[in-house]
Amino acid sequence: MLKVKVKILRFNPETDKKAHWETYEVEAQPSDRVLDVIHQVKWFIDPSLALRRSCMHGICGSDAMLIQGRNRLACKTLVRDVIKKSGDTVTVEPIRGLKVERDLVVDMEPFFDSYKAIMPYFINESPAPATERVQSEEQAERMAHSSNCILCACCTTSCPIFWVNGSYIGPASIVQAHRFIFDSRDQATNQRLNIMNQNTGVWRCRTAYNCTEACPRDIPITQLIEEVKRAVMYQQA
Amino acid sequence: MHHRYDVLVVGAGGAGLMAALYAAKGNVSVACISKLYPTRSHTGAAQGGIGAALGNVAEDHWEWHMFDTVKGGDYLTDQDAAEVFSKDIIDVVYELEHMGLPFSRTADGKIAQRKFGGHTREFGKAAVERSCYAKDRTGHMILQTLYQQNVKAGTLFFNEFHVTDLLIEDGRCRGVVAYELSTGELHTFHAKAVILAAGGYGRIFKITSNAVTLTGDLMSIYYRKGLPLEDMEFYQFHPTGLAKLGILVTEGIRGEGGILRNEGGERFMERYAPTIKDLAPRDIVSRSIITEIREGRGVGRDKDAVNIDLTHLPREVIEGKLAEITDLARTYLGLDPVKDLVPIQPTAHYAMGGIPTDLNGLCLSDGNGGSVEGLYAAGEQACVSLHGANRLGTNSLGDLVVFGRRAGIYAAQYARQVEFADLPEDPQAESRALFDSLRQGTGKENAAVIRKELQESMMNNVGIFRNGPDMEKQVDILKDLKARYRNVTVGDPSKRYNSELIEAMELGFALDCAEAMTASALNRTESRGAHDREDFTERNDVDWLKHTMAYKDLDKPGNVLIGYKDVALKGFTRAFEPKPRVY
Repeated sequence: MLKVKVKILRFNPETDKKAHWETYEVEAQPSDRVLDVIHQVKWFIDPSLALRRSCMHGICGSDAMLIQGRNRLACKTLVRDVIKKSGDTVTVEPIRGLKVERDLVVDMEPFFDSYKAIMPYFINESPAPATERVQSEEQAERMAHSSNCILCACCTTSCPIFWVNGSYIGPASIVQAHRFIFDSRDQATNQRLNIMNQNTGVWRCRTAYNCTEACPRDIPITQLIEEVKRAVMYQQA
Repeated sequence: MHHRYDVLVVGAGGAGLMAALYAAKGNVSVACISKLYPTRSHTGAAQGGIGAALGNVAEDHWEWHMFDTVKGGDYLTDQDAAEVFSKDIIDVVYELEHMGLPFSRTADGKIAQRKFGGHTREFGKAAVERSCYAKDRTGHMILQTLYQQNVKAGTLFFNEFHVTDLLIEDGRCRGVVAYELSTGELHTFHAKAVILAAGGYGRIFKITSNAVTLTGDLMSIYYRKGLPLEDMEFYQFHPTGLAKLGILVTEGIRGEGGILRNEGGERFMERYAPTIKDLAPRDIVSRSIITEIREGRGVGRDKDAVNIDLTHLPREVIEGKLAEITDLARTYLGLDPVKDLVPIQPTAHYAMGGIPTDLNGLCLSDGNGGSVEGLYAAGEQACVSLHGANRLGTNSLGDLVVFGRRAGIYAAQYARQVEFADLPEDPQAESRALFDSLRQGTGKENAAVIRKELQESMMNNVGIFRNGPDMEKQVDILKDLKARYRNVTVGDPSKRYNSELIEAMELGFALDCAEAMTASALNRTESRGAHDREDFTERNDVDWLKHTMAYKDLDKPGNVLIGYKDVALKGFTRAFEPKPRVY
């Protein structure tokens, strides 16, 4: 068992004028998830701590937060990944660029509004066949990275362009656009490329690579953004 | 706040999203309430696939799928439900593909299919490739695709709203009351029809694949009204959860050729299910693993796990078709399935029982054909009795979309035919009382401590192997925990994002689900499917070929009344007579 200090940026708009740090001491195994440690705090020390979480294994995307200064999922980050020895501190803050509602809970609406703006749904108006639309293994594999996205917002809220310009649609939405632009069955490629070509779109990206580093699913986001840029440039996929 | 919609859907996983889509196609106003954001529903955690007799890889027929479902359910499956399901699921899988779902593909560009536990050709002769999959993140892709289609359809969502009460009067549902997490406000939703699709309750167990949020809220609310929960004793332990963590490791791992091995390296499933070995149904594999562990052949420091061996498979299969679980093993156990054995143990996974419904999703109020007008249910939280005593792998995703679709269609049809029924005079009264009791208590009990004791005791006493004395002990433990729960006090007075309040409320719901489950299991003195009694080891069709209906005794707290319902032993065109279940 390690003794771990958990330092959490707290903010309750009903009682606090501004955010402040609180530090809690808990015991943990090196193989525990950071979320386990936060749960120790919430369940046995200070139940007023607010956070989002659900699946506990990196597929629901609820518990994106800034851990040791980096965007990660608390359920996919192990204590041993962030501290070396007993007595060390795990630092936890809300993800940046979205309004903090309380403690680690941020307003996700602007994030989902950007998502909705790219027409994130399959479009094919020709009559569907009686069975499946045929697609080769290579064509299906084209969507392997982009369809892996869980909409956790780790990428978008690690992007310096998004921090200074909230109207930028952000890496997560571009990944979603990529998923449909490069789907051989989809018919709305041009419409989506036009959305990507707007001044809130893909050209805002300055290739900082923060998004790729932040992605808990190892999606090569910067590469996908570059592919979308090229498709816009040649207006084809 | 007061809202009014023709059809209201509670829950935004696979069943809720499919129901919302289909209700909207019925030309009625629809809204969907979820305690999470829809893309965070637990459907996203399903990995291996969705079974449908497409025959893309090997010859297959819906009759074979129906047979496997009925036999897999140890003949407690309602055969009319199994027939409807096995036919409908073929259409629905193609429909999902037409919605853009990125399925993995065969070499000729069709939807790829692989083997899964209990799926056979020619009524049990050999394993068959029936599971349609998108790598090992099929549930994630179904959830994303259905959410995308709802965005396209303009479905109205109320995210992070926790339902606290169902408004049922004179046998008709009139709406729901929900708590808005961001404001702490109560909302009344007036509706002509309500569809419940809020998932399972695996969080009553210590080791589980289920999300923290799966606490059986809507099942409990239904049960608290004196309405029955069906077949609660049948709870599935998935054989392969990551050791200690319980995180799901798909059955696709065995479908692709993974082998279970004990401490000596022996492929022990050869002894328990000689025909299909590692691809036996989940109840059988789970019991086999626990038996190996009990007899001292387990692995790991506590000898409480067995290994899954992939090391003989090509790296591209492991990192391609099984990428998700490879990542999970590397992240959580620091092991690489390409060269390491991965320790697994059974994990509480899926409720076969729940709110009883007919084939159209209409909620039943007793075992004799009574129903609750205007109230529908689908998905894990419902019991149309497709899964009987044990669910086959891939049939949960199938259940969601097939019966979610039917609930949406029939709820909309009903809503078009009726006027709004009046709301009760003070619809929020019960919900306010629930919150007041949690906020104004003076007791010193900690909800988290009670929850931990609930999870540990359920795991020990109503787990994979069960017996009368342990379960009688559990009845008393639950009475004690419920008494202590009344002394839980929520200290945080905040209105916004008060998750202390929500977690305390969820614990109350979980305790009720555990109560119904324990009483149902204690009552059934036979072994069938996932319900395995050490003191009644045989299946007993003479006395027990019937569904359990558990009712909360509203006059005597802690007491559960048990009724029964007949099993539908015939489908519409096919019927499979109960036989000994061997593989």
